[in-house]
Amino acid sequence: MDVLVCIKRVPDVAGSVALTEDSMDVDARHVGYAVSPHEECAIELAVQVAKATDGAATVLTVGDEDAVEQLRDALAVGCGAAVLIEVEPRRYGPTDVAAAIADVVRDHEAQGRSYGLVLLGNDAADTGDFQVGVRLAYELGRPVVTGAATVEAAGESLVARVEAPEGAAVFEAPVPAVVTVMEGGVEPRYPSIPGRMKAKRVQIETVTPAREPVGSGRVRLHLPPVPPSQVEVLGKGAEAAPAMVDLLERLGVVR
Amino acid sequence: MTLVLVEVEDGAGNGAISEMSREALTFARRIAVPLDALVVGRAAAGVAGELGEYGVSRVYEASGSAFESYAPAAWAAAVVAASEASGDAGKAVLAAGTPRGSEVLAHVACRLGVSMAANVVAVENEEPFTVSRQVLGGAALEEMRLDDATVVLTVAGHTTEAQPAGTAVTCQVQPLDVAVSEQDLAARVVRVEPGEADASGNLKSAKVVVGAGRGAGGPGGFDDLLELTELLGGSLGVSRVVTSLGWRPHHEQVGQTGNRISPDVYIPCGISGAIQHWAGCSSAKTILAINSDPDAPMVTKAHYAVIGDMHEVIPAVNAEIRRRRGA
Ligand SMILES: Cc1cc2nc3c(=O)[nH]c(=O)nc-3n(C[C@H](O)[C@H](O)[C@H](O)COP(=O)(O)OP(=O)(O)OC[C@H]3O[C@@H](n4cnc5c(N)ncnc54)[C@H](O)[C@@H]3O)c2cc1C
Ligand SMILES: Nc1ncnc2c1ncn2[C@@H]1O[C@H](COP(=O)(O)O)[C@@H](O)[C@H]1O
Repeated sequence: MDVLVCIKRVPDVAGSVALTEDSMDVDARHVGYAVSPHEECAIELAVQVAKATDGAATVLTVGDEDAVEQLRDALAVGCGAAVLIEVEPRRYGPTDVAAAIADVVRDHEAQGRSYGLVLLGNDAADTGDFQVGVRLAYELGRPVVTGAATVEAAGESLVARVEAPEGAAVFEAPVPAVVTVMEGGVEPRYPSIPGRMKAKRVQIETVTPAREPVGSGRVRLHLPPVPPSQVEVLGKGAEAAPAMVDLLERLGVVR
Repeated sequence: MTLVLVEVEDGAGNGAISEMSREALTFARRIAVPLDALVVGRAAAGVAGELGEYGVSRVYEASGSAFESYAPAAWAAAVVAASEASGDAGKAVLAAGTPRGSEVLAHVACRLGVSMAANVVAVENEEPFTVSRQVLGGAALEEMRLDDATVVLTVAGHTTEAQPAGTAVTCQVQPLDVAVSEQDLAARVVRVEPGEADASGNLKSAKVVVGAGRGAGGPGGFDDLLELTELLGGSLGVSRVVTSLGWRPHHEQVGQTGNRISPDVYIPCGISGAIQHWAGCSSAKTILAINSDPDAPMVTKAHYAVIGDMHEVIPAVNAEIRRRRGA
């Protein structure tokens, strides 16, 4: 079974966030780029499902040409082909992204390349819209499971496990289907050197969407105020233990 | 009418409205009162009293064989049916920003052909309808316009304090007819496997959480932390470094791609406090950081800190607690 996995290039912010002058984007000049951990797991699952079913995994992104970096990373860990839907990312909202992906899925199908499974992350690390996977499923008229830790193909259907503290919910759905992935069910593999070499040589299919985007509704971004540090240092090292236990007693957690 | 999809927790008797649904109800009252609510797959009578306290005058109940096991599209069909039944121009449909709330409302937005705002924290403007919502796990906020006839949004967890309405109303239960197609049941839960009980306890609802990051040093570095967790009757939560190195299981992870916790006390040990970790722990009432680096973001953002090697501090704290208990 052929699998398509959709990933998004996002700023890899760790310390503090800076905004562009017009407050419409994260200023990513001084940070790197990454994909969400959910999507790293989706890539791994795409490679595993494709391998188990004698199919191939294709990676896709909707973004600008710099997003080729993320496509190559996915090629290096086992995806066999890559598609860049080249757009100006800030003009694209979740509805537009889903529509653009659906168009490519249909085009590929018309060319005889049909995907039994399309994987995405549960939510993008930056915009966190929690919906592209579901919208894509509706565009394609396919069933969808969100937040899966693992997914396996079983003949004409798939089995996806969604983990929760109360237990795991096991979903079944007929294929073709869409599944969004949550981190935690599989360990993404690291690229090998031959993997990286191979990734460099893959020709990336680049397409331009046919439809005009409707946009995301973003008015602007803002940063929540950072309150000044008010930390009270109780002490240093083991000697601070009595002060720490005093505090825990005052807070009512040690009795 | 403003409609809120309410999640009911299992428990003694008929169960209770989940904490995050109570937050969503509180938030919904800022848009319009009185509220309509929807309970799917179980009897609404048991929670009608509580819903009335939160300002809900009518609760739709969608039950029957289509809702016996969870099928997200069938739930969405119920939400759409309830929003049609509740009538009124200027509709809003809300749910808590839980996995289920987000999933069902994404389906609802597709069925209604409207946009959806996830993890909303505030309504900024009624005309045009504009909300603020969390992006980057809450490290930034986005002002977003929702121009459609029906507003669909999820409420970010732990950002609105759940509060009953000033005056309670009588909440009437109304059975709801929902047309569920075969296609709506195509993706559904076929079985639920009980979770394993372990050191994380119930992390999401724990009153005390002891956190552990890279500073734990390795898979063998958790004994003292687990002892402290036990002495405090709390749960263990960890950073992503700890789970991706395989030191502890992923379901113990706190953060943007892990659990969102809101304990009374959080004790992060050897955790730097990256924004994605902070996303999961910032609603803790009191944070007491243990870190060797006085400039670590977790230390500067904390209420209290102990500066030092966690492998020296924690055993001393454990010994001190045991000593005071006379054990
Ligand atoms: C999209 C995205 C999502 C993410 N989601 C999450 C998430 O859900 N949860 C999460 O945690 N991270 C998440 N991350 C990763 C996050 O950015 C950080 O990499 C991670 O939180 C760092 O973990 P850490 O604090 O344990 O390690 P480090 O950043 O390496 O910090 C270790 C800290 O321990 C201190 N230390 C070291 N030794 C000792 C000692 N002996 N005693 C006391 N202190 C010591 C150091 O001073 C330092 O402050 C995400 C990242 C991305 C890009
Ligand atoms: N621009 C994009 N290109 C490819 N995939 C995307 C894009 N935006 C979102 N996705 C996928 O959809 C998932 C959910 O995104 P969102 O609904 O925006 O939170 C992400 O984890 C990605 O897998």
